[in-house]
Amino acid sequence: MEVLLAIVIGVLYGGGLYLMMRRNLIQLIIGLGLLSHGANLLIFTAGGLRKGGAPILAEGEKAFAALPSDPLPQALILTAIVISFAVTAFALVLFLRTYEVVGTDDVDELKETDT
Amino acid sequence: MLILLSICFIAALSAPWVYRICPKYTGAKLVAAPLAMFVWLLKKLSDVMHGHPVEQQFSWVKSLGLELAFYLDGLSLLFSLLISGIGILIILYTQGYFKGHPQQGRFLMYIMAFMASMLGVVLADHLLLVFIFWELTSFTSYLLIGFNHESAAARNAALQAMLVTVLGGLFLLAGIILMAGAADTWRLSELIQRGDLLVAHKNYLPILILVCIGAFTKSAQFPFHFWLPNAMQAPTPASAYLHSSTMVKAGVYLLARLHPALGGTEEWGMILTTIGTATFLLGAIMALGQHVLKRLLAYTTVSALGAMIMLLGVGTAYTIKAMAAFVLAHAFYKAALFMIAGGITHETGGETSIDKLGGLRRAMPVSFACALLAGLSMGGFPPFFGFVAKETWLHALGDYPILIGATVIGGAAYVLVGLSTGWKPFAGKMPAELHAHEVPLSMRIGPVTLGLGCLVLAFFCGPIGHALVEPAASSIAGEHVHVHLHLWAGFNKYLVISFITLGLGLVCYLARSLFLKTAARLGVLARIGPEAVYQLIYASVLKFAGWQTRALQTGILRDYIRVTVLTAVALVGAAFYRAGGFQQWENLSPISLRIALVAVLMILAALATVHSKSRLQSILAMGVVGYSMAMLFTFFGAPDLAMTQLVIETLTVILMALAFYHLPAFRHSSSVRSRLFDGTIAIGVGVAVTLLVLAALHVQTPTPVSDYYLDHSYDMAHGRNVVNVILVDFRALDTLGEITVLAIAALGAFALLKLRSGKEEGAP
Amino acid sequence: MTSIILRTATRYMFPPLLVFSIYILLRGHHYPGGGFVGGLFAGSAFALYTLAFDVADARRLIRIDPRDITAAGLAAALLSGIPPLFTDHAFLTGTWWEVPLFSGATMDIGTPLIFDIGVYLVVFGVLLTLVFVLGEEE
Repeated sequence: MEVLLAIVIGVLYGGGLYLMMRRNLIQLIIGLGLLSHGANLLIFTAGGLRKGGAPILAEGEKAFAALPSDPLPQALILTAIVISFAVTAFALVLFLRTYEVVGTDDVDELKETDT
Repeated sequence: MLILLSICFIAALSAPWVYRICPKYTGAKLVAAPLAMFVWLLKKLSDVMHGHPVEQQFSWVKSLGLELAFYLDGLSLLFSLLISGIGILIILYTQGYFKGHPQQGRFLMYIMAFMASMLGVVLADHLLLVFIFWELTSFTSYLLIGFNHESAAARNAALQAMLVTVLGGLFLLAGIILMAGAADTWRLSELIQRGDLLVAHKNYLPILILVCIGAFTKSAQFPFHFWLPNAMQAPTPASAYLHSSTMVKAGVYLLARLHPALGGTEEWGMILTTIGTATFLLGAIMALGQHVLKRLLAYTTVSALGAMIMLLGVGTAYTIKAMAAFVLAHAFYKAALFMIAGGITHETGGETSIDKLGGLRRAMPVSFACALLAGLSMGGFPPFFGFVAKETWLHALGDYPILIGATVIGGAAYVLVGLSTGWKPFAGKMPAELHAHEVPLSMRIGPVTLGLGCLVLAFFCGPIGHALVEPAASSIAGEHVHVHLHLWAGFNKYLVISFITLGLGLVCYLARSLFLKTAARLGVLARIGPEAVYQLIYASVLKFAGWQTRALQTGILRDYIRVTVLTAVALVGAAFYRAGGFQQWENLSPISLRIALVAVLMILAALATVHSKSRLQSILAMGVVGYSMAMLFTFFGAPDLAMTQLVIETLTVILMALAFYHLPAFRHSSSVRSRLFDGTIAIGVGVAVTLLVLAALHVQTPTPVSDYYLDHSYDMAHGRNVVNVILVDFRALDTLGEITVLAIAALGAFALLKLRSGKEEGAP
Repeated sequence: MTSIILRTATRYMFPPLLVFSIYILLRGHHYPGGGFVGGLFAGSAFALYTLAFDVADARRLIRIDPRDITAAGLAAALLSGIPPLFTDHAFLTGTWWEVPLFSGATMDIGTPLIFDIGVYLVVFGVLLTLVFVLGEEE
């Protein structure tokens, strides 16, 4: 199973980076999105895949009967998902504004710091 | 000592304000600080004379064993008296030199800060403290040389002096650290008693070489001498102070200080004597070809410093004595000559060339008298202190005929220079176009004091030798040395040599124009000298920096990603190679059909995202990837993640749709070559990351911290959902940081779109 | 970009979505959910509303500036870290009080809950800011 997921992660990384190296601003953002999916999945897989239950105690119990899935990577990924969303949104706004000011969405033309 | 030093630093910092509030006689007011130091030092004179050094220490960084430790023995006393004494005269001189100059306060600040740092160098006992003050002197020297910062020549000279001395400082630091390690102490006063330990240590030679490079750069020894004549771009008070009597002697001081610890070996003798003699002769000969007053003096300074190093290198009690006496003599006549040179230039409207000066004796009688005194002392004429020092020096070198020969040649050059500066500008007929008048009182005090000093020291050379030279020589030698200086040592062969030198010098003076012509022809040699090497290195560093900036900073995002990614892949690959590939795969979870289906779906969706030519298709395909992620999360027991991912994916699609409304469709396509290249990189990254994940599966920390969270979530944090408990309780501080990032991202987006051209709108 | 079906559906969907988001927030400590997801649900309810109607309507509905909501959330999260300081614990250590409810039942109220509400408000405010800013773009 892990091997399959590792391949998925590889595809997400490769695809994301390929898109980030294209000339359109939009492709850059989409690439960023794929890349963050890949990163989240990487943390999740590296944390160990357990098909045990969720790390949530049943009502009335004081301790876990069977080892549940690892809560720590989940907490990490949860914030990572929300933050990468905020980053994507910020990047969107930034590019929108860039397009408005510079008048191009061609990354190759965004070479100068002055407009 | 700490208090007095602090007063000097505070006085330096307050100089600009003092000057702004009442610009009259600023120098006279500020002189109080070095005067206090000078008086205190004089009070300690008898203690030190009788072999009781003064020690003081204050704890600074206790945990690192750093102390503000100070130590005053004969050697530091001689130097600190010179520094504070000449400092007083220089500050007064500055007041006249910069009269009415708007930046006088700034100059006083620099020069007083320099004085305080220099006092720090000679008084500090802790090696690192010495180093800190040492670098401070380089730094203040940079500010002083570049004082006329509107002149490109001054800026370049300042930079050159700084680069050379600071680079040397780094060598010194390395030497200091090695030395402290070898002797197991940071205290100079203890270090000099552990000479046997150091000399026998396996790092002795590296230590010696490193320390020597540090000292040689600072004291302008060959081949680092070139910065000193260039540093004459500094205003004259700075040249007179830093570049003749004090800063450049820091290197001499350091080597003298370390003589009991590192000296007395064959290597020490070899390095110091060779370099010292070479510098001595080179400086003297190059001085012959100069016709600019200050540069002429600068080259003789280089030469004199070389002589000190040479005497130190020979290292007998006699040469050490001679060296200490010469330090004293040199400080007096050289500072006086510099001040007079500055005075001449100042009062004749900027004339610097000796050849265009003449007949000033009527216009500037006081300067003339002082110049003559100092110039004769420099030439080693009796009955001046310069003569006394030279006699001692010749006596000391009695067993070294080669060095005696060098001394005769160098001594002749000194006679020439002494006469060129002390006699030539004042004698003969005054050129018609020259207008001059006497310097003001504040600029007279220094030269008069020092000029007369050359004479007075000579007549009282017995007591002076006993009070100043003897303790200093004893500190350098590490054992008690008896010093008896005589003005008249009787008729012997050294007196004959001395007079031969004087005669040779006089002949040279008369034939001076010949030297100038030769020097003009030898000017080509400058192109292959050490300075040319410096310029070459300097230019190549700049060129390299320019090239690598242009190569790396293309401004094209793709290039940055390529470089970053390729580096990362290479590093991961190297790590793999070193780890020896894969270990056995164990504990893999079994493949289940539904997960395999989801995984395949994700791969297909990702490829579709990449391949699609339409924006909407791309976004939707990425949405599929996101929803599949959510499914994976549910399969592997992460309901919180699944929920979050679902909502986020929906929101992302909505936001993108909102934003893309304003952006054009895909229009630009890269060249096929570029796409192939990037595709290769992307595949490489994919493979590398896949391998990384597989390798990471085998890394298991002995006790994962998550077990603790699982065990204590309910009893400590009253929560059944461990993921949530981690977020809001165990690791709440992290979450606090993360929501702050969210808030900032939103505010940034708001600012970008709403706050343009200064108007705000939209908020109800 | 608006359709009658979407508008009508949104009208009915909107209140339950908001209530659901608060439910998710409160149950988060024991069951799947919490401030992040809750805030996202509330935010998407407004995103839906903005899509169906327009930004001005959505702004009228919420009345408060989303930036103020974000600030309030950050303040709540920060303040929840203060109480433990009085009992010599580190900043943000969970502190719980047993609050008596009706007829002898009790309920645990703790600073982590306040913190989670802060997270909820921040996420909600951030989403609103982004949606409004992009929606108002000419």
